[in-house]
Amino acid sequence: MRVLVIEDDRETAQFLLKALKESGHLADTAADGETGLVMAREGVYDVLIVDRMLPKRDGLSIVETLRAEYFRTPALILSALGSVDDRVKGLRAGGDDYLTKPYAFSELLARIEALGRRSDPETQTTRYVVGDLALDRLSHKVTRGGETVPLQAREFRLLEYLMRHAGQVVTRTMLLEHVWDYHFDPQTNVIDVHISRLRSKIDKGFPKQLLHTVRGAGYVVRDGDA
Amino acid sequence: MPDTAHAMRLLTSAPFRLALTALSIVMPAAAIFAAFVGWQVNLLLTDRTLEVLRGELQYFRSELDRGGTAALATAVSDRSAVRGSGLYRLSIPSGTKITVGNLATMPEGVTADGNIFQVWSDAEKRYYAAAGLVVSVPGGGQLLVARGIEDQRTFAANLQRTAFAGVGLLTFIALVLGWSASRRTNRRVSDVTTTARSIMAGDFSRRIPRDQSGDEFDHLASSLNEMLARIEDLMQALREVSDNIAHDLKTPLTRLRNRAEAALRDDSALAHRDGLERVIEEADGLIQTFNALLLIARLEVGAVDATRSVCEIASLVRDVAELYQPVADEAGLEIKFVGNQPVPLAVNRQLIGQAVANMLDNAIKYSSGSSIPSSGPVIVTVAPQADNGVEIAVADRGPGIPAVDRERATKRFVRLEQSRSRPGSGLGLSLVAAVARLHGGRVRLEDNEPGLRIVMSLPQLEQNSATVNLPGASARAGQSTSVSG
Repeated sequence: MRVLVIEDDRETAQFLLKALKESGHLADTAADGETGLVMAREGVYDVLIVDRMLPKRDGLSIVETLRAEYFRTPALILSALGSVDDRVKGLRAGGDDYLTKPYAFSELLARIEALGRRSDPETQTTRYVVGDLALDRLSHKVTRGGETVPLQAREFRLLEYLMRHAGQVVTRTMLLEHVWDYHFDPQTNVIDVHISRLRSKIDKGFPKQLLHTVRGAGYVVRDGDA
Repeated sequence: MPDTAHAMRLLTSAPFRLALTALSIVMPAAAIFAAFVGWQVNLLLTDRTLEVLRGELQYFRSELDRGGTAALATAVSDRSAVRGSGLYRLSIPSGTKITVGNLATMPEGVTADGNIFQVWSDAEKRYYAAAGLVVSVPGGGQLLVARGIEDQRTFAANLQRTAFAGVGLLTFIALVLGWSASRRTNRRVSDVTTTARSIMAGDFSRRIPRDQSGDEFDHLASSLNEMLARIEDLMQALREVSDNIAHDLKTPLTRLRNRAEAALRDDSALAHRDGLERVIEEADGLIQTFNALLLIARLEVGAVDATRSVCEIASLVRDVAELYQPVADEAGLEIKFVGNQPVPLAVNRQLIGQAVANMLDNAIKYSSGSSIPSSGPVIVTVAPQADNGVEIAVADRGPGIPAVDRERATKRFVRLEQSRSRPGSGLGLSLVAAVARLHGGRVRLEDNEPGLRIVMSLPQLEQNSATVNLPGASARAGQSTSVSG
């Protein structure tokens, strides 16, 4: 993926550049809003990472301008402002995701990878398959090795989200936001418990694990080793 | 020169300027009026004198008609003999040649219409004014009837002087009043400025003195004092936040530093890795605490422009309970949800969700692993209230909180003695309280006999705010209508 980082803090920008390259992505940086907008308009990027407070032009305005010009490049807004309202503002401006500073790089990476994937034509897939695990969105049925796995509604949505992002790391906050629509800190390891329940239903008794834990990052559904 | 400066301030003050403006308009008018009155009075009195003289002339004419010029001469000389202000002269040059009267010469330019002329007084060695009229008498003679008008002139002049003096006095009084009003205003305003200055200098306890007079300054002082009290509260809250941040963040920061140091002391790469992971873990905890702190602080000062949307509270709470069910299961607890009736209420879904999550987290944390062997289920109740509000209660069978500590438990950072060993920032319940307050509600802690029952009561919000659709929020929240308020 080719990522444009619009961030005025040099050190943060360099850190992101290095970390993104190490994760196998191409990355460029822009140090102010105007430069960032000009570069984003080139249309060569798969994902934009936009800091909210920038010199010359703020992050929200960049995203708004791009959207007004029909640029659909997914944008993740980074901000130190973390209240619910700030989030709503960021998303309303046309941002696709919103991450509050300070953040873990793993969180950022998981989110931009999810965004980059999304820019592929949103497939109207009704069936996700990973290894011998299959999920049918229409009939709400999950099978593993041909055997039906009974799942509760929430477990189904959890697995659906994981399988839609198969092969990608999905963080706990992403799950909380997309499966439960909660944008708050749940205090405890609630997600872990839900995941371990789901795992016991889909992986238990099978020689090959499909739902893996990625240490310090989150979870991934993948046909292969973690 | 503070005195000059003070005087200057008084002179330039608004009431004094107002008094000056009023004076500059009213006083010339009053002076002109006084002059006019004096002049008119003089004129009126002269007219009256002439009127009297005409009457006298009537009498002389009747004497003339009765006994001819001789009788007239007698009448004139009789009148002249009377001591008073009357002046007479009758001179008939032809025939008998009569000249009688107490005036030596006939004044020039006096006509039958009545004129004013100057008369020489031997006794007083000066001229004085007289008003008189001259008529012709048979035989080419002339009769002058006149009267001194010095008295009346003096009277009119006195009147004028009095009026001018009155104007002057009024001006003086107005100036004094203006001065004292400006002094009073100045004093009241300087009370405000002095207070403002000392508050700017950092003394937030200062208040503007009130005189209970109920005037506008008193009202102003009262409103400003209320404002200052609110500011002081906010400042206090802010100070508490920073104190608490210092207190509650330093411990984990120290821990973080210690872990990093410990990892550095070890030479193995594995230890470094392990140490770094623990450092990140600690940092995440710090961020969590910091976010909670910020959120509480912002909620408490009302800085969160919380977007409210109409939510069904029962299902909102049930969803959060469902989220925590597996956690409770692991702790060997059951979460029972009571509340079948849908309760629509305009709330901030995320904040209420967070509050309910904290309540549940608290209940699970304290009833699991407690010394009490058979901890019963955690019961979550959503009960609609008579006022269309709702009460959300989470009851556990944990050790509970002694009655004396209940008030303190919702305060920030209060972690009661027996809970110190457990993880957590100690912010859970204070966040619940802050969320409730933001929604106009409150939190109370009750005895669940045994255990703790946390009740968050939320009132129905008056539906005065316009219904708006928030595309971003509603798409995510799955709500069709949102109310911002």
